[in-house]
Amino acid sequence: MPAKGATHTILPAPVKELDLHQGPAGVCIENVTRTFATRRGEVTALARMSLTAAAGEIVAVVGPSGCGKTTLLEIICGLQEPDSGTVRSAPAALMPQRDLLLPWLSALDNAALALRARGVGREQARATAAPWLERFGLAGFERTRPAQLSGGMRQRVSFLRTLLAGKPVLALDEPFASLDAITRAEMQGWLGQVLANEPRTVVLVTHDVEEAVVLADRVVVMSPRPGRVVADLEVALDRPRHRTASEVIEIRESALECLGMDR
Amino acid sequence: MRLARRVLPPAILLLVLFGAWELYVDLGGVDRLVLPAPRDVARSLFEDRSLLLSNLLVTAKEVLLGGVLAVVLGFGLAVAIQFSRTLRAAVYPLLIGSQAVPVVVIAPVLLIWLGFGLAPKLVVIALVSFFPVVVTTLAGFAAVDQDLMKLMRTFDATRLRSFWHVELPATMPRVFTGAKIAVAVAVIGAVFAEWTGSSAGLGYLLNQSIPQLLPARAMASVAILCVFAIALFGLLSLAERVAVPWAYQPRGEISP
Ligand SMILES: Nc1ncnc2c1ncn2[C@@H]1O[C@H](COP(=O)(O)OP(=O)(O)O)[C@@H](O)[C@H]1O
Ligand SMILES: [Mg+2]
Repeated sequence: MPAKGATHTILPAPVKELDLHQGPAGVCIENVTRTFATRRGEVTALARMSLTAAAGEIVAVVGPSGCGKTTLLEIICGLQEPDSGTVRSAPAALMPQRDLLLPWLSALDNAALALRARGVGREQARATAAPWLERFGLAGFERTRPAQLSGGMRQRVSFLRTLLAGKPVLALDEPFASLDAITRAEMQGWLGQVLANEPRTVVLVTHDVEEAVVLADRVVVMSPRPGRVVADLEVALDRPRHRTASEVIEIRESALECLGMDR
Repeated sequence: MRLARRVLPPAILLLVLFGAWELYVDLGGVDRLVLPAPRDVARSLFEDRSLLLSNLLVTAKEVLLGGVLAVVLGFGLAVAIQFSRTLRAAVYPLLIGSQAVPVVVIAPVLLIWLGFGLAPKLVVIALVSFFPVVVTTLAGFAAVDQDLMKLMRTFDATRLRSFWHVELPATMPRVFTGAKIAVAVAVIGAVFAEWTGSSAGLGYLLNQSIPQLLPARAMASVAILCVFAIALFGLLSLAERVAVPWAYQPRGEISP
């Protein structure tokens, strides 16, 4: 299915950079091991996992489910401590796997939640978030509650909330996994444009290899649990990338091969 | 049409029950001092209306004040327990234990301590009805999505801001559930408190009507108590819909 990046004209020309993040900064994870004690014994989610993302780099992490991707992002965001290994990362904001929007807040207030969490007043937080809602194609839905938004809109609000946290690193946990194929393709094009205009260091977790190749500068392939790196593929292609381009398909195939999914 | 569907079934059920009751008393040769017919109760409702009303006002005041006290107390305790592990360990078992102490024992002691006025009634009402509020509110806190709390931490939210923006609103529907249970129990509490020692209120009237051989008046008092409890419940449901509309909003997309 051809989804042309050129058809996504949601964003106007780059807007003056808001003073949201404290300068570029990267992520460096080395030999991280994380083990959970469960009733059925110990589960090692990550085993000597390493990952780097240079400032402004988009790194996709692909791997089978249960291989420790969410655990990795929580470690980057400081929500979990590894059992061993070193973690150095600029402050990171999480976009959780489920959109986790607050059902009692409007789209605008949900987007502004990170500001409110920092103690910004209600009116000022709204004033900051409102123009972004418009840029994200959500104009007219400011007062709509999440239950009335479509899946794609909810993901956009959720992403905006993460963006407005003002952290140099974005940790995106399978942001489009819950969407139907058409909406997902649209949202991938959309995210590519947003990141072109709002450069951040991004760790994008996904189990969609195609999504990884279309969006990322590097694709890190993880093994099944316990998760560790089995391949680190450079994607040196111009943007916007088309999922039907032969170079994209080539890298996709080699990533799938590393996942052990080649025929 | 929708209203008719909601009102008709209980109305028909009541009519059938009252009809059967009326027939049983009329045709069964029952002593009406033992069991008055619905017709007798209706007559008492009409003839004693000013007496019933003035006593209802006394009871209503007790229930409302006691109910508010119970909700404030119950909610406050739940929040305190939520914030302090130590307090949870220390207080929660005592709270559960407090529910096993028979109010029958406490009420007369309260009379000695606090006299025959409003105070002992409020204490009895609050005592019997704060507990559902504590339990439902704590259940609400426990049900808060922990991933949401993690998210708030990545946004650098303080404990208090996480509470204010996430835990509190998420728990509000449960607080209303607790309050609804509390008002129902509060009515029983008020009647019991009046029964133990008072000079006014529907519970007092109820207590007086039996030795005065006015069973129809006693039943009229009970009927009014029932309607009062239902009305309070309805008012709370209404307030709930206004205060936490998102808990009722149907899921559904406005646009693609
Ligand atoms: N808090 C936890 N307690 C116990 N086991 C956990 C916990 N978090 C994750 N796990 C386990 O660790 C493994 C990796 O989980 P996760 O990071 O969520 O994987 P992924 O996001 O790649 O699907 C899974 O087997 C999961 O069951
Ligand atoms: Mg996951």
